[in-house]
Amino acid sequence: MPVISSTKNLEALSFTLVAEFDAGVERVWQIWEDPRQLERWWGPPNYPATFDRFDFQPGGAAGYYMTTPEGEKPRGWWRFTAIDAPRKLEFDDGFADESGAPVDAMGIAHAVVDLEDIGGRTRMTIMSTFESEEQMEEVMKMGMEEGMREAAGQIDAVLTEHSHA
Amino acid sequence: MVVDQLSDAEVDRLFQAFADATRRDIVRRVTVGEYSVSGLAALYAMSFAAVQKHVAVLERASLVTKEKRGREQVVRGNHEGLQRARRLLDEYEAIWRQRAERIADILAEG
Repeated sequence: MPVISSTKNLEALSFTLVAEFDAGVERVWQIWEDPRQLERWWGPPNYPATFDRFDFQPGGAAGYYMTTPEGEKPRGWWRFTAIDAPRKLEFDDGFADESGAPVDAMGIAHAVVDLEDIGGRTRMTIMSTFESEEQMEEVMKMGMEEGMREAAGQIDAVLTEHSHA
Repeated sequence: MVVDQLSDAEVDRLFQAFADATRRDIVRRVTVGEYSVSGLAALYAMSFAAVQKHVAVLERASLVTKEKRGREQVVRGNHEGLQRARRLLDEYEAIWRQRAERIADILAEG
């Protein structure tokens, strides 16, 4: 289990997650830096993400869409605000319209990713702070939907197992 | 499981309720102990009516309960409502835990 702790602060509208991985900092950095690796983990298996724009430099933008089980393609954007390879990455993220243009100028959340070497392994700390409560609400709604789909999939799997037993 | 989830309207009310610093402060206080609306009004640089409005928003979001006691209106934290707010953050946590698992899988490939 890579996650070692997570902290939720309802009042500060922030969420912090600490995970440790059996790989060096340079290797873990690649899963952020390389969009082909990033899209393998950003979205859940039934909601895969595809990055079609990825300008990985301070001030650069990234654009992606997720493919829903119904075939819809909701879009999102990132703006990299700080990059200090291979230790620190900061970006804003938000929703985009069909053309990839940001729907909200401010973004939804600001993420700060820190990678720390712990004897050849890597500790990754992600702090996600929501810009405003309305935007947090939007993310939660999407997150809930995602979580519900995930849960529904797991229930389906259990039911299928039982029907074979 | 699904029937246990909040409707969109409930989520809207919940996060509207948390969208204001005074309301968050009220929630924090009444979770620890009960307050009358006038007692709360004395704490903030705003009118009784304004505080009453904040309490009403929190009440609609099921984060506090309000009860008439004599001439006072007593406000208390709604434990169940707060737990539901917590559950929303749990959902967000679940998303990130799943991401961390997927990252570990990719890294395990070498």
